[in-house]
Amino acid sequence: MRYFIRIICIITLFPAFAFSQGILSGGNVTGNVQVDAQVYQEDEKLGITDSTLNYKKFGTNGFANIIYTNGDFSAGMRFEGFLNPMIGFDQRYEGVGIPYWFAKYKTGSLEMTAGHFYEQFGSGLVLRSWEEWTLGYDNNIYGFNAKFTPAKGVTLKGLVGVQRFFWEPYEADSRGIVRGIDGEFNLNDIFEPMNDSKTKITLGGSFVSRYEKAVSKTIERDSSWMEITQLGDTINWITRTTYEYQLPVNVGSWAGRMNLAHGGFNLYAEYAEKGNDPNATNDYIYKNGQALYSTVSYSTKGFGLFLSTKWIDNMHYKSSRYESGNPPMLDINYLPAISKEHQYSLATMYPYATKQNGEFGFQGQIIYTIPKKSKLGGKYGTTLTANYSFAKSIKKEQIASDIPIDSTGTDGYKTTFLSIGDLPFYRDLNFLIEKKMSSKVKVKAAYFNQKYNLHVIEDDLYDEENMVYAHIGVIDFTYKFDRRNSLRTELQGLWTKEDEGDWAGITLEYNVSPSWFFSVMDEYNYGHPDADRQIHYYNFAFGYTEKTNRISVRYGRQREGLLCVGGVCRYVPASTGLTLTITSSF
Amino acid sequence: MKKLILLVCLISVSLITFAQEESKTYGPVPSITVKTLDGETFDMGEISNDGKPIIITFWATWCKPCIKEHDAINEVYEDWVDETGVKLYAVSIDNARSSRGVLPLVNGKNWEFEILLDENGDFKRAMNVNVPPHTFIINGNGEIVWQHVGYLEGDEAEYIEIVEKLIEGKPLE
Repeated sequence: MRYFIRIICIITLFPAFAFSQGILSGGNVTGNVQVDAQVYQEDEKLGITDSTLNYKKFGTNGFANIIYTNGDFSAGMRFEGFLNPMIGFDQRYEGVGIPYWFAKYKTGSLEMTAGHFYEQFGSGLVLRSWEEWTLGYDNNIYGFNAKFTPAKGVTLKGLVGVQRFFWEPYEADSRGIVRGIDGEFNLNDIFEPMNDSKTKITLGGSFVSRYEKAVSKTIERDSSWMEITQLGDTINWITRTTYEYQLPVNVGSWAGRMNLAHGGFNLYAEYAEKGNDPNATNDYIYKNGQALYSTVSYSTKGFGLFLSTKWIDNMHYKSSRYESGNPPMLDINYLPAISKEHQYSLATMYPYATKQNGEFGFQGQIIYTIPKKSKLGGKYGTTLTANYSFAKSIKKEQIASDIPIDSTGTDGYKTTFLSIGDLPFYRDLNFLIEKKMSSKVKVKAAYFNQKYNLHVIEDDLYDEENMVYAHIGVIDFTYKFDRRNSLRTELQGLWTKEDEGDWAGITLEYNVSPSWFFSVMDEYNYGHPDADRQIHYYNFAFGYTEKTNRISVRYGRQREGLLCVGGVCRYVPASTGLTLTITSSF
Repeated sequence: MKKLILLVCLISVSLITFAQEESKTYGPVPSITVKTLDGETFDMGEISNDGKPIIITFWATWCKPCIKEHDAINEVYEDWVDETGVKLYAVSIDNARSSRGVLPLVNGKNWEFEILLDENGDFKRAMNVNVPPHTFIINGNGEIVWQHVGYLEGDEAEYIEIVEKLIEGKPLE
């Protein structure tokens, strides 16, 4: 409580004090609030009873952000409350408090932040701290962050801090300390002859290190042999040897990147390496980590193409070597999944999440707009999108014939950079057509063909025993009655012989711009192999928006599944009940 | 002692609120660095349109209503620019997973407005955006004067009305 008052005072007193002094005046307070409240009910069909709910019939997640800005100074905080955490959020979030506050000052070429902050080096292969409220994901860094721009085109960053772990405050050695530096250089700004060049080149590099005290950790290995005595008896001998891990106290990682842009052409590549980092996610093996992420794109008016590849090996990097749980906490780096994030609910039934310790991924996408007033394009033009992505294992070989892959305390395995293994993790091929038929009618149609290795993605079992093959079709139809009133109808189908079988979905959404929406939705698992589980997941919702205030109420069933944002997923169990959401900005 | 601290806090809060009363804007656009599609840095605090209004939208390639909003605006954008001189900056909050797909999408869809990248959400946080789409209108002095959460079919008509009111110097309410 005292801590809380202190923070409030720092944040509120400083500007008030400065204001009365006349040093700074005309400051600004802005903020936003979101509260989600759910009332759960028993549902025999879904197997939900008071005891499966742990008698927690009511869940609330909420936050309030307040930012004070005055010229080059700003300070802010985020108040959070999980009372109790809503279903699908980790129970360790239960509580209220201020897990995030900061003060920032910019003077000349230097910007300093003290407190909590979010930062990203390059594409995040070695460092990214971020938050995503809907996922319950927050790995903010608590410490100092400096950004220095000594000359145009040069950005240098340095940071040191500790990361958030639910509500647990940092204590000496309770988790690691993260340090990092990053430099980014825009060659066109730095070198005069390149100032006006149409080719824009940016280079960057980062180094990140984690300090974590090593505590004694041992492993026992047995070796056995036989001996035949002079009397002809057989004796089995076993020698048990105890090994002590030499755990690295400092684990470093570095990355180099480049971006090359020339008109519609763009090439980005980032390569990263990590020093040996035995930890709970890699069975305490001593192998180094390696990653490459690159994208090339070309686009011009009406046409866009991009190809991305990613190869990662043993790149889990956390600020505690003992952390491996779910939800992912204490992540220092970010390894994006490179499949497409879909917008339709049945297309997100089988989403992909990155396998940090070994994966090859590819994605390609083409967008083409058939011009307006052409034969095929119609009066308004037609947009076509094709997208293909897959993820597979990388090749892993034993380091010696008597040491199985991933043996703890060893180098684990051997691999070759950019090698592709045989085990498929995921594949997604999809097409989308968008067409405006008239000033009143818009139609979208989509088809998805997905292959999903359920064992790998959901259970971390590296085999092909549970593959799901799904076809998904969507038709999305909007009819505009007049400037304010419109009706959107969405028909979806998912067909698969595996997992929970076939699904059909319908959504009707009536909108009155700019304030109201009403929707009715049903997803029906009519193909479930167990007739008792052929369930309707119905939902009724309405919402009211008034400028930046938005209130929505939803009643219905939430289906079990993975909710993913940016390749990080959260498991959401099935539930039934009423959800009230209030969001507001000021 | 604790009560005294609380009292001082309350007074200071009311002082800030009082300071707020004087100007009826959400303040200037915060000075946060984002990136252009060429990979260059861009300071949002320096955004300008020769004294004419600016619209800033927050969006992402995976956000269905955002794409709808931009498709709808794109159809009328040329007229908006001709009639009012307004400029639209669409700030993508796509992270490293999808940010490289922003330019191909924008070009593929023939969107005519300015695009910026806010990969780690720094500008999004500074602007108090919960989820996209979230739209802001900036007056000729660079102050945020209006904002709107979400997008429903037809909302874009309201944006241009606000812009027209700003140009004519009429009250927004």
